[in-house]
Amino acid sequence: MNTTRLIIVAVGGQGNLLSSRVLGEAALLSDIPIRMSEIHGMAQRGGVVESALVFGDAESTIISDGEADVLMGFEPLETLRALNKCNRDTVVISNLAPLPPFTVAIGKGVYPTLENMQALIRAKTKKLIAFDAVDLAKKAGNVMSVNMVLLGALIQTEILPLTSENVKEAIRTKTVKPFVETNLKAFELGFSAAKALA
Amino acid sequence: MQKLLSDSPGKKVLMLGNEAIARGAIEAGVAVATTYPGTPSSEISLNFFQIAQESDLYFEYSTNEKVALEVVAAAANSGVRSMCVMKHVGLNVAADALMTLAYVGVKAGLVIVTADDPYMFSSQNEQDNRYYGKLSGLPIMEPSSVEEAKDMVVFAFELSEKLQEPVIFRTTTRLNHSTAAVVLGNIRKPCIEGGFAKDPFNYVTVPAVSRKLHVKLLQNIEKAKNIGEHSKYNFVVGNGTWGVICNGVSYNYVADAVKDLKLESAVKILRIGISHPMPQTLIKKFLKDCEKVLVVEEGEPYMEEAVKSFAQEERLTLPIMGKADELFSRLYEFNPGLVRQCMAKYFNVTYTPAEIPDLSDLPELPQRPPNLCAGCSHRATFYAVKKASEGLNTICPNDIGCYTLGFLPPLSMGDFLICMGSSVGTSCGFSKVTDRKVIAFIGDSTFFHSGIPGLINAVFNNHNFTLVILDNGTTAMTGHQPNPGVDMQNLNLSGYGRVSIEEIVKAIGVSLVKIIKPFNVKKSIRSIKEALSFKGVSVVISKEMCPLYAKSLKKLKGKPFYVSEKCKNHRQCINQLACPAFFIKNDRVQIDPFMCVGCSLCAQICPENAILPLKERS
Repeated sequence: MNTTRLIIVAVGGQGNLLSSRVLGEAALLSDIPIRMSEIHGMAQRGGVVESALVFGDAESTIISDGEADVLMGFEPLETLRALNKCNRDTVVISNLAPLPPFTVAIGKGVYPTLENMQALIRAKTKKLIAFDAVDLAKKAGNVMSVNMVLLGALIQTEILPLTSENVKEAIRTKTVKPFVETNLKAFELGFSAAKALA
Repeated sequence: MQKLLSDSPGKKVLMLGNEAIARGAIEAGVAVATTYPGTPSSEISLNFFQIAQESDLYFEYSTNEKVALEVVAAAANSGVRSMCVMKHVGLNVAADALMTLAYVGVKAGLVIVTADDPYMFSSQNEQDNRYYGKLSGLPIMEPSSVEEAKDMVVFAFELSEKLQEPVIFRTTTRLNHSTAAVVLGNIRKPCIEGGFAKDPFNYVTVPAVSRKLHVKLLQNIEKAKNIGEHSKYNFVVGNGTWGVICNGVSYNYVADAVKDLKLESAVKILRIGISHPMPQTLIKKFLKDCEKVLVVEEGEPYMEEAVKSFAQEERLTLPIMGKADELFSRLYEFNPGLVRQCMAKYFNVTYTPAEIPDLSDLPELPQRPPNLCAGCSHRATFYAVKKASEGLNTICPNDIGCYTLGFLPPLSMGDFLICMGSSVGTSCGFSKVTDRKVIAFIGDSTFFHSGIPGLINAVFNNHNFTLVILDNGTTAMTGHQPNPGVDMQNLNLSGYGRVSIEEIVKAIGVSLVKIIKPFNVKKSIRSIKEALSFKGVSVVISKEMCPLYAKSLKKLKGKPFYVSEKCKNHRQCINQLACPAFFIKNDRVQIDPFMCVGCSLCAQICPENAILPLKERS
């Protein structure tokens, strides 16, 4: 079976670990081998959280530079920063709602413009699917469901060997009960947004 | 029910490496578990903590790793299966107990988990703890995958009982923090009732006893070696004449590289799962069947040195390489691409590495370093000490915890740090050999862990410095574990004592002790000034709960603040405090109401009194 490699980057607290967990459970439901790893030591202190997910026949749980098939970024600057994980055939999915790091607030760095960031990512990869996932999460009824919006977009690309149905089943069983409905709605909104951009 | 207690053998469950280790211990019938928390091992004990609340397992957060190991040394010598969990540097703290426990041995299985951290994702060094196997004579086991980790823990308990020695279970961050599907096994009913048979001539390590016990240890190493020669955890796959010897997660990268480079018929892999003692006969046989051998291991050339010496004994002259300028480094962790590239180079096969896009035209991206949280009480304490020490030529030894981040600008409180508790000991030295004002910082949990002996030293030897104890009521950095100063009733747990830092400090003989509430800024600065002007050892105890912990206990009551029209854009708030709740919009400082916890620190330092509680706005 082919191997598909996904990198997810986010800022601590954006819920990317839950999105990895949902994808892992969906893989288990689909009988697809899955291995993943995450670095989250300082996540609660505002740092970057990176997850690697390897679907298919592979033993490794991490992804080397230039070897991601998909990069999913929860924050545009962090998507750009993770471009070293990509190659010319990588598909990139990114939220466009910025969370400027504190260094910008104290004048130690300039946050690039959204236009510039998108142009750079487009020029170096196969495809960029980018939209304001926070806006869609709000529409779904919970600003914290950005992770589910992005999952919807990711599954729409059909790059991962997972069906929409299995991911939704994992959302139903592995996310907190009172939020299941908004999570599913967020997933659908992300799915449609990616479809509209395809 | 805690999910690791699930009694459904055969069920496939997604697990973190650390959960798999804890589950392995449960399946092995562990009855006593101890730890001092430390990344990347913390989730193992977090699961034990939860499991202990609904099963017969006895679990404790011990004051430090040495104590943790001593507790299980007694339990295992009373016939109770035990586990002791720590990060790699924790084993340095426990090493005194470890070295002679190896002489004494155990009666029931004892597994010591040490989690190494190549690349230092959250550690002060990347020491390779496999050398503790050589140093102590104890067996070392190293899993390569999450599912193997669970089964290997069960085996480690059996091995420990067979040898009557503790077994060291060594992992690396990538194993601890990887997730994969694990098949649940049967849970062995734990034996929780211990019995201790007096046998002082085998248990009391006076020289005459130890001389005898050392002989026994050497015999046990020999026994362990024989077990390793035939263990399924030291295995060979493939049948080419190019050999690769590897361990731990490196095995995964090697296995993937063999497939990616299409070397299935050329390469033979020897995976070492019991890395102390090294399986000499197995390795010698492997070498004889190879034309050249590559050793793939993160960290030090631990296996490479052994393999080369075995080759010498057999007068084998085949090339054996591992750590070399053009191959593997002793630095940091490996990855699949790196291993693939080194294997292609060493075995001289063509390989085109993945093409990373040219990123030279990217603008300089603003960094996103970790920062003290919004409303962190440490920020207030650092600020107050900074103000109180203005004009003094200071040295500020810091210690290990969230507050280490205080060394970053603009707080810039942290000048020296080597290990847990070092803030106090090094302050003795700095104050002796310099004429600077020495101000040390240590957290509550670290103070209990290893700060107390340093403070006793300071009082006895009459040193001259101020120790600031940052008491936020929890072990925050590693995920809010309890420590001896924590009020366990906050967690609805009974049956615990509680140790007062203030009483300890006073009992040690510190004559000037100040207690501050750091969010009362002016008063805190006054108290700290008094402590700083004291000649001798003075202690400031800064008491304020960690806001994340307070939030989890539903004890966070502050209301968010906002920046009103009175603001004249001095920006002292943002420039001196660097609280992450601040942001700049239209060239004005604003406060994110969702991040602000209402600590009021910024409101107290604003020269215009322009920062106000949000409720007053309407």
